[in-house]
Amino acid sequence: MNNMIVLPMIIPILTGVFLIFLRPYVKIQRVLSILSILVTIGVSIYILNRIQTDGILRLDFGGWLPPYGILFVADSFAMLLVVTTAIITGILLFYAFSSVSKSFESMFFYPFVFFLIAGVNGSFLTGDLFNLFVCFEVMLLSSYVLITLGGRKVQLVESIKYVSINVLSSWFFLVAIAYLYGTVGTLNMAHLSVRVAEVGQGPLLTVISIIFLIVFSLKAGLLLYFWLPGSYSAPPTVIAALFGALLTKVGIYAMFRVFTLIFYHEPGITHTLIGVMAAVTLIGGSIGAIAHNDVRQIVSYNVVIAVGFILVGLAISTEVAIQGSIYYLIHDMIIKALLFLIAGTMIYLTGTARIEQMSGLIRNYPILGWLFFITMLSLAGIPPLSGFIGKVYIGQGAIEAGSFVLLAIAFISSIFVLYSLLRIFMNCFWGETIINEDDDVPLKKGILIPCVVLGILTIALGLGAEGIAVYVSDAAHTLMNPEIYIEAVLQD
Amino acid sequence: METLITILVGVLVTVAVYLLLSRNLVRVILGTAILSHAVHLLLMTMGGLKKGSVPIIGEEAGNYTDALPQALILTAIVISFAVTAFLLVLAYRTYKETGSDDLSVLRGTEDE
Repeated sequence: MNNMIVLPMIIPILTGVFLIFLRPYVKIQRVLSILSILVTIGVSIYILNRIQTDGILRLDFGGWLPPYGILFVADSFAMLLVVTTAIITGILLFYAFSSVSKSFESMFFYPFVFFLIAGVNGSFLTGDLFNLFVCFEVMLLSSYVLITLGGRKVQLVESIKYVSINVLSSWFFLVAIAYLYGTVGTLNMAHLSVRVAEVGQGPLLTVISIIFLIVFSLKAGLLLYFWLPGSYSAPPTVIAALFGALLTKVGIYAMFRVFTLIFYHEPGITHTLIGVMAAVTLIGGSIGAIAHNDVRQIVSYNVVIAVGFILVGLAISTEVAIQGSIYYLIHDMIIKALLFLIAGTMIYLTGTARIEQMSGLIRNYPILGWLFFITMLSLAGIPPLSGFIGKVYIGQGAIEAGSFVLLAIAFISSIFVLYSLLRIFMNCFWGETIINEDDDVPLKKGILIPCVVLGILTIALGLGAEGIAVYVSDAAHTLMNPEIYIEAVLQD
Repeated sequence: METLITILVGVLVTVAVYLLLSRNLVRVILGTAILSHAVHLLLMTMGGLKKGSVPIIGEEAGNYTDALPQALILTAIVISFAVTAFLLVLAYRTYKETGSDDLSVLRGTEDE
């Protein structure tokens, strides 16, 4: 009766397939995609609530009981991310309606967005490592198409790097899966956890876990983020926002899953390594964010900083810190979508991406300016906004665990985030306007409203953190106590 | 048998890395293709090479071959085909657009 939990993946796939046949009918595509995303949001929220009453849900495909078959497992952590993904995609679709050109819409833009969502949701829900690989590939292949859609020179050149890096990391993923299967003889995550606990995480298994760490770091942009700023600044705004909000988060999710459920026996090696990588990521991201004068580059480096910050929580690995990471993860998905949208809108309005060539935008577009101000405060973690609570919890966890160096680096990086965005704000929004009244490009409502909705979401998440506190604490509790997950999967 | 295949995998990876490090885009793509073949063989070997009968329930054999690695490889092969095809098309389009398949020419963007 848990067939429901396959819906967050199946609805987008079916919608995508269906929309392919409706290529010339843009209006119908729009209506259908909105309907489908609304249904996905509804179903996901329903499942999230059911987990609170019924415990972790699982679906064995074809009735093959674990550890033999493949399966989907829905716990609070996965479902929180699925819900956020669906909501953000819905808002971004509205933005796409008025910003994406007709040629995109009839070149299968919507189908590939839905395939991307299917891959992302599948990765969140799967309970099996190989299935995770397959869902990763579904997601990556659609992202390859989306990043090259339009075929401008920059896009093509950047996407070659992006695709090659991801092919290589998929190769590492398969190598890790092969070694793990050869060592413990299973790929079901709960079963793996049991087996690894039985034989003890010896040197060999620790090495395998580090291969997994490399793979997920490449996908998430932890330390190995060199490909990220280039490829995230190449595609059109909506697609960049979709990438910035969702893609790295899947890598982060996989890392949380693997290092809290399977390889948690040697925190001295693996979690220290994650901590060091997170620290270097924070430093490198901060340097990148203040070094560039290109809005898109600054925004892309902010993605990198956020990845480092979230993984500080995993490195510390106490229940409070994990809670903080989950809050921050949800916050980051919303705020990165908003940040990319505003940056893209600024480029659309001024026709340039260099911050020294923009000035006084707030005079012409006051709402956009204040929205950027809110985004900046939220990213820096100013109290009533959504970034605050995650930072507090991660900080609290770091103090409890005594990792003061990580704490210092994480919080100093917030100042760099604030500084890098303040530079954009001072240069682009303040000062004398350089746009005279004739050149004033009107800001379409369809572009402004999605940004405002995302802005309201970040305020709502900050003020209404109580509302999701139940789910987040349940998710963190499940992550820190792997036996709950194992029992839910391997019972009867 | 396992040792032999493992050595073969090693050779394939060496060839692939050599190709990946070259400046020519087509060679890099061939490198990724060979790399994926190497990993498929590795998956097969790690699951144990053929030791028993075909994995069909009801046959009267003492032990059966593990079917899982084969299922995994089948999926992985399909995926690697798709990605290689995509990469080849991408390389072609990039060549058309920029007039070069030399990676050292393609690096960086104009306003950097």
